[in-house]
Amino acid sequence: MTEPKPTKREKIPRQPMPTQDPQVRRRNFQEVALGLPPERAVLEAQRCLQCKKPLCVTGCPVEVRIPEFILALREGEMWKAVELLKDKNNLPAICGRVCPQETQCEAHCVLGRKEEPVAIGRLERFVADWELRQGVRRPQLPPPTGKRVAVVGSGPAGLTCAADLARLGHEVTIFESLHAPGGVLTYGIPEFRLPKDIVYAEVDYVKSLGVKIELNVVVGKTLTLDEILGKEGYDAVFLGTGAGLPMFMDIPGENFNGVYSANEFLTRVNLMKAYLFPEYDTPVKVGRRVAVVGAGNVAMDSARSALRLGADEVFIVYRRSRAEAPARAEELHNAIEEGIQFHWLTNPVEILGNDKGWVRAMRCIRMELGEPDASGRRRPVPVPGTEFDLEVDIVIMALGTRPNPLVFFESKGLERTRWGTVVADEQTGRTTKPRVWAGGDIVTGAATVISAMGAGKRAAADIHRYLMAGDGATWEGPRPAGA
Amino acid sequence: MYEIVAREDLAPVTKLFVVRAPRVAAKAQAGQFVILRIDARGERIPLTIADFDREAGTVTIIFQVVGKTTKQLSLMRPGEALASFTGPLGLPTEVERYGTVVCVGGGVGIAPIFPIARALREAGNHVISIIGARNKDLLFWEEKMRSVSDELIVCTDDGSYARKALVTEPLKELLEARGDEVQRVWAIGPAIMMKFCSLTTKPFGVKTIVSLNSIMVDGTGMCGACRVEVGGRTRFVCVDGPEFDGHEVDWDLLLSRQRIYLEEEKRALEKFEHECRCMEAERAQGVAR
Repeated sequence: MTEPKPTKREKIPRQPMPTQDPQVRRRNFQEVALGLPPERAVLEAQRCLQCKKPLCVTGCPVEVRIPEFILALREGEMWKAVELLKDKNNLPAICGRVCPQETQCEAHCVLGRKEEPVAIGRLERFVADWELRQGVRRPQLPPPTGKRVAVVGSGPAGLTCAADLARLGHEVTIFESLHAPGGVLTYGIPEFRLPKDIVYAEVDYVKSLGVKIELNVVVGKTLTLDEILGKEGYDAVFLGTGAGLPMFMDIPGENFNGVYSANEFLTRVNLMKAYLFPEYDTPVKVGRRVAVVGAGNVAMDSARSALRLGADEVFIVYRRSRAEAPARAEELHNAIEEGIQFHWLTNPVEILGNDKGWVRAMRCIRMELGEPDASGRRRPVPVPGTEFDLEVDIVIMALGTRPNPLVFFESKGLERTRWGTVVADEQTGRTTKPRVWAGGDIVTGAATVISAMGAGKRAAADIHRYLMAGDGATWEGPRPAGA
Repeated sequence: MYEIVAREDLAPVTKLFVVRAPRVAAKAQAGQFVILRIDARGERIPLTIADFDREAGTVTIIFQVVGKTTKQLSLMRPGEALASFTGPLGLPTEVERYGTVVCVGGGVGIAPIFPIARALREAGNHVISIIGARNKDLLFWEEKMRSVSDELIVCTDDGSYARKALVTEPLKELLEARGDEVQRVWAIGPAIMMKFCSLTTKPFGVKTIVSLNSIMVDGTGMCGACRVEVGGRTRFVCVDGPEFDGHEVDWDLLLSRQRIYLEEEKRALEKFEHECRCMEAERAQGVAR
């Protein structure tokens, strides 16, 4: 392949991602984004300026060797591209789909100053999908160190930490509370955004490194943390149990039939495959008119799932305005394209039921933005006298999640914040309890897949340092923030 | 996979399975439950632990055939295995030395009341047990209950065995006669029976613990499907319970939430029974040929 001249290269437009037509996809669970065809991927790769000091890498929580894998792709050396990509990222087919690249690597791309940045995420997915089609190759593993590490939770943080530790020669077991691995990748993110075959393929890669996954083990119940460090004989534990506890609004009527937490709704649909009921046993209520409260990615996923299940109309109800919506721009755009309706600056005050105990409407009030609050965002305040009833039969609360306290049961010495998150060192993941590391949403509260992976990666590096330091290693817990 | 090592038909619709699950058996305590799933397409259903054997690494569950999953489960034989069996979940029974306690088990609720009665007896309580069922066929574990009770009262709704009475009747008489003596009551069975047991004990001011059986998915606090109102507060049965103060439970809400999927449950059962009939017909045809 000949290298195009730089002047020409900049004229190649950012290659669009082919997607399923909105009118079709709004009624099916197949993937929305179809992946770049090879010729478009190569064109896109040609846009990369191959910066000497690549800024994109600084925007990536796991520091993927971005220009290098793009160069290999451009030169047609696909296996080399795979190797370079997976040197830092064990789950590229997942990241290529769900990372918010627009605020991370792509936000730092030099091209983005004058035109559109290189579509790094699309290229990552292209390379990862290519490898999955060829059959994944396992990298060479070093001789076993004889050290045993337990990882609690098989979500993005746990899988990343486990894979990195296995690649360093440690014996790793992941304990997962559910019957399928993947954590939020499996129960939370819908099939149409992240097919479960992709998740399981990347989980299989992690297993191919020698990582064992023991399902149906609820740490805190089936096994406690202290038992893992004691009678189970593990040298270290990484906690990556995420933020799985749903929040409700604490308004009247929230326990009527037809009110779901987004967690329940999505778990039924994604993990339990309720969209295939009765072929699969778990049911879910479809609803004719569905309200989703919140405007994050989970809210978009819930709204778009409800539509695909067959709801006539789906409304997003959010107390702030569109500008403050925490969802990725792409997801918001997809939701709008599919016909989701939005009630911005609107807040539910009560859920109204019928005489049979089912939801019939949601009473809402209009909001306006007042003075900035502690987070710096303008605080929404109700506008008196603007109450109205939104007639709905299903309400889904997508208000965010907190860490599940179950994992701490009967285990002392783990300091937590008043938000229920674990106190852990940002750089190393070390907690206040010796030989226990933590990372991902359990430390930060609900955040992104890639930030959890970054935390899993940093913890793996520190666990390795600690384990290899031998008996002389002393426990230095988390440093105070800013130190 | 979790092997079914033994099975017993306690009644035409009531089955007992002993399941190999060493990790669950090692930690199981009275009052806790498991969530099981039959196969790759199965739903997750909660079942209270009826017994456990730490040495053998087994857990005993008892269930009544009511829907598709329990119907399918009832067709399984020893040697076959369940896809998942997770636990022990929920908080264990608060076992203390209270003095005299009453344990009421209604129908399939006799299963979970057994380990509770046993634990209370071992803790030095005087245990009076009342067990009842709709009819003789549905009653089980009378001798087992007798072995862990100081006094045992047996009744059936239709009088087909022992005394003809609802469990609330002997419970009321007991409290009328020895109300000062009874320190605490446990009542486990269908929601409606637990509701009426709670209503029965309320005037006597005897604290009454019930074990709620709401719909669940994960059983670890993740989804909130199981939420109930207790003392005006929303609680999750899976992690805050399953045992609660029966006098504080909003029973009508529980009963209403248990009916959310009635339609779907009916559809799933009809589909399953139809498939079973088709398979039987095919088998019969095969034999005829």
